[in-house]
Amino acid sequence: MREIKPRTFGAWLLIGIALIYATVLFILPMIAIVQGAFANGIEPLLETLSEPSVIHAFQVTFVLSLGAVLINALLGLTTAWVLVRHRFRGRKLFDALVDIPFVFSPVIAGYAMIVLFGRDGWLAPPIFPIVFALPGILLAKTFVSLPFVTREVQPVLDSLTPEPEEAAYTIGASRWTTFRRVILPEIWTALLYGIVLTFARAVGEFGAVSVVGGNIEGYTETATSFVFRAMNDRNNVGAYGVSVLLGVFSVLILIIMNLLRRRMTQGVRDVDSA
Amino acid sequence: MAQAVFNPSGRAASRTQTPSYGVWGLRLIALSYLVIFIAIPLFVVNVQGLRFGWDAFWRSISRTEAANAIILSVYTSAFMAVVNTVIGTLTAYVLVRYRFPGKGIFNTLVDLPFAVPTLVTGVMLVILYGPQTIIGSFLQNELGIRVLFNTPGVIIALLFVGYPFVIRTVQPVLLNMEVYQTEAAQTIGASAWTTFWRVIFPVLRPAIATGALLSFARSMGEFGSVIVVAGGRAVTGTMYIYTRVEGGDMQAASGVSMVLLLIAFGVTIAVDLLQWRRNHA
Repeated sequence: MREIKPRTFGAWLLIGIALIYATVLFILPMIAIVQGAFANGIEPLLETLSEPSVIHAFQVTFVLSLGAVLINALLGLTTAWVLVRHRFRGRKLFDALVDIPFVFSPVIAGYAMIVLFGRDGWLAPPIFPIVFALPGILLAKTFVSLPFVTREVQPVLDSLTPEPEEAAYTIGASRWTTFRRVILPEIWTALLYGIVLTFARAVGEFGAVSVVGGNIEGYTETATSFVFRAMNDRNNVGAYGVSVLLGVFSVLILIIMNLLRRRMTQGVRDVDSA
Repeated sequence: MAQAVFNPSGRAASRTQTPSYGVWGLRLIALSYLVIFIAIPLFVVNVQGLRFGWDAFWRSISRTEAANAIILSVYTSAFMAVVNTVIGTLTAYVLVRYRFPGKGIFNTLVDLPFAVPTLVTGVMLVILYGPQTIIGSFLQNELGIRVLFNTPGVIIALLFVGYPFVIRTVQPVLLNMEVYQTEAAQTIGASAWTTFWRVIFPVLRPAIATGALLSFARSMGEFGSVIVVAGGRAVTGTMYIYTRVEGGDMQAASGVSMVLLLIAFGVTIAVDLLQWRRNHA
């Protein structure tokens, strides 16, 4: 479809509806939270954000989210590869499994982990504690962010032409060298995009993390569960301050996503004009 | 190796090599990953739901609070899906069709609800619609609508969380539409409205339905924003599960979990059918 300049009243009306809806729905709330966080000036805000429990909550969040990224990047890439390149019985079924975390409520995922690893769980007691401990949070974050890398890499891997790969084999490159030198550069942007989405999803998770981790202050409390506790304790400065930090983080993620998307379409255009 | 290289149908050949240890290893890793992280939780929820037989399952979901929680989730998610489908289709059309100032930023901001942690979404809405703010007090005193700790709050939270789905499924289809399809209609004198209904809408229908279903499924599972906005006063399905698990009543949580999971499954299958129809049309 071709882009045109809006000339009629109807066209401007449509644009107006779209913009007003978006403004009321999520621009106003964004402004409200920034205003709320800075209502008492910046000093109490900085004071709250440097409290040990807040710093600990952010450490838990970022370290375990990076763990989830590492697991999902390596295994997600392997999964994308196997689903695109291998032909085996049940491939369609496994392919369908990848999307499950998108529709599986995180709270239910947390509940499933308690059923498995909880006090009277099927696999209890494990060698080390999982529920109400950090390994449980890592599992929860990994589960909710699982589909992104596989789903971003899969279509790009599927669209590769076989010639460059075959050329590499012809001149005697090993499978690993071919992957690293020929295939990886092609899927790199998509992989990075998937990693960014995985990280954002893992950092922002609350439901699953809260059920499995139990929100123990100074131990399993993540940034989001800190906000939850602060809201319950009517600690507005803490709740709004950490929320704004998480909000800034998501805007950064959006900007990176946008840059990567532009690079992806740029790549397509280069191929088209070549 | 040489055979694979000089095979005229090179693509097929490189995909169906005789499995070596490396190939089996990769496959084993990928499939174990999916089984451990996804198939096992799925299995656990379903087995736990039916562990004590159909009667126990039925009793656990027919309790008043459990049934009300499921109904509230379905009702608020369906309402959200209808509103966001209409506005989302309109927004996608505007984003593809018209050039206007600020369009690039708007297009980037559409994904904001995906990027913001939903708990933070809840906090934002509490600040905006609280009784101290202009909007909150206006709605409460002039219109008599209490947003927070009430069903409207849940709906607003879901509208926020479910916003990008329809836009992001419809947009690429509109972008790929051939110019002649719409312009032919206008050449023979069709109005913009007729062109939309008779030419564009039929092409968009599967994408619109996919987006609507995905946003519905997402909302049925939503928790972070709802718990903050509703504060335990309006109990959705996920809130019900959360409070029961916290209270150690796993039996009560199991039935509702299974129902929500079955609904999510129904939606996934419907989306797959839509994709299949689009690919085989």
